[in-house]
Amino acid sequence: MNKKSIIETEQEIIDDFSLFDSWEDKYEYIIDLGKKLPLLEDQYKTEENKIKGCQSTVWLVASYRDGKVFFKADSDAVIVKGLVSMLITVLSGHQPDEIITAKLDFIREIGMFTHLAQTRSNGLLAMIKQMKNYAIAYKTIQEIEQKP
Amino acid sequence: MKAPNSIPQVLDVTSIRNQFPILNRRVKEKPLVYLDNAATSQKPRSVIDAISDYYTNYNANIHRGIHTLAEEATMAYEASRHTAQEFIGAAFPEEIIFTRGTTEGINLVAYTWGRQHIIPGDEILISAMEHHSNIVPWQILCEEKDAVLKIIPVNDNGELSMDAYLELLNERTKLVSIVQVSNALGTVNPVKEMISAAHKAGARVLVDGAQSAVHLDIDVQDLDCDFFAFSAHKVYGPTGIGVLYGKKELLDSMPVFQGGGEMIKEVSFEKTTYNDLPYKYEAGTPNIADTIAFKTALDFVKEIGKASIREHENNLLDYATVQLQQIPGLRIIGEAREKVSLVSFVIKDIHPQDIGIILDNMGIAVRTGHHCTQPLMKRFGIPGTVRASFALYNTREEIDMLINGLQKAIKMLL
Repeated sequence: MNKKSIIETEQEIIDDFSLFDSWEDKYEYIIDLGKKLPLLEDQYKTEENKIKGCQSTVWLVASYRDGKVFFKADSDAVIVKGLVSMLITVLSGHQPDEIITAKLDFIREIGMFTHLAQTRSNGLLAMIKQMKNYAIAYKTIQEIEQKP
Repeated sequence: MKAPNSIPQVLDVTSIRNQFPILNRRVKEKPLVYLDNAATSQKPRSVIDAISDYYTNYNANIHRGIHTLAEEATMAYEASRHTAQEFIGAAFPEEIIFTRGTTEGINLVAYTWGRQHIIPGDEILISAMEHHSNIVPWQILCEEKDAVLKIIPVNDNGELSMDAYLELLNERTKLVSIVQVSNALGTVNPVKEMISAAHKAGARVLVDGAQSAVHLDIDVQDLDCDFFAFSAHKVYGPTGIGVLYGKKELLDSMPVFQGGGEMIKEVSFEKTTYNDLPYKYEAGTPNIADTIAFKTALDFVKEIGKASIREHENNLLDYATVQLQQIPGLRIIGEAREKVSLVSFVIKDIHPQDIGIILDNMGIAVRTGHHCTQPLMKRFGIPGTVRASFALYNTREEIDMLINGLQKAIKMLL
């Protein structure tokens, strides 16, 4: 089975959101995603994995297998966790280059991140940056390994 | 004849609300319910107009020009100083230093009086409920001077332990810097008693009046505090302007803070002499428009009367407290006997930020988070709270909307 591209997954999320006609539906969907995101084992909830916002905390863990980057994350606030879950769905399991170049237009399209990303109230923006940083790091490893 | 301040009149909230244009706006297609007054209060039309009037009719730099506009601007600016003096009961107008706000006032004292007087081994006493603005300047000073920062503990109700305070005071204590009203808990601290005890121990006292100035009658001479700092924007005035009060003889003997225009008497490359109070501490062209509008805000409060405002706000606080306590799993943080109209709470198993986001979608503005009091949140073992803070224009209906909003948020989030 071919994994969907980042843009395809983004489009699916945009399509899902276009079906909602009230803010309650949108938030219930995100809250549901947040609740469903597998809990991060306590061993990963370290200072090192912490992306600290002013209000809520996000923990992000990355791993690299078969040329692909995989993310796991958690947050102490459920709405942020739902948004984090969407970012993982979009970016996890892709090659470093795809992650580095991802424009993540869905963030703007669904209009749920704007308020959260612009205030200093959470680590969401920092989280996207951190995900890309992981991809850059793994790309470097990839390049070193591929050298003859 | 003017009604004495002590007799509260029932507020005509409808007419007051009509004076605040922002209260007519809609947020997320719903009427705005603004319950974040402890962060900043909204501004009446008169304050907004005062800013516009200055720029429209008499914008000029102050104290220097001899032309008509400069004279009008200078007079309005200095009139604001007199109103601020009266507002906090200072003995002399030159004891009123205009600052950018409370934070700058505290920093001014730390950088001038602090650097002049604090020596290695000295102790500075603050409390566990201080805002970061009344922690960090003293940490910086203590680090520089090898002095020690001591903390007055807070009990489970959110009150300062007076026994612990008196024990902490000793001959090494040079300064007590204390918040009069906690921005996170609403607690009113017994600052008058604390000042008197500090003076007996030979310490100076700075009172952080950021939250108290709008709610309580302030009389710095009666309190006998050495410094008092507050901000205009929490008293229905503009942002970026505030007052540092200091006793005249103290301010006179303190070194200068920032150098520049206005604060000098004569400048030569060999030696510069400094201006008299209050200009000594007002370097550069000040925030003239907002200072002038600050007077309008203080006049607005005075005209309505703090006693009437307090009566209304206390009723809101009592009503909100009772209503909030009906919500299962809700715990109020800060149950001091004496509080201002501010209530902080947490709801079991829900992060405050999630509640804030849902309420925002219903047009309800509250503050969530640690309220710049991280050590205090740690003391209560919580990441933060939801804080609803009430002003003279808030109503019971708005509190009902908050309660409905919370019930809805809980249903969605749990």
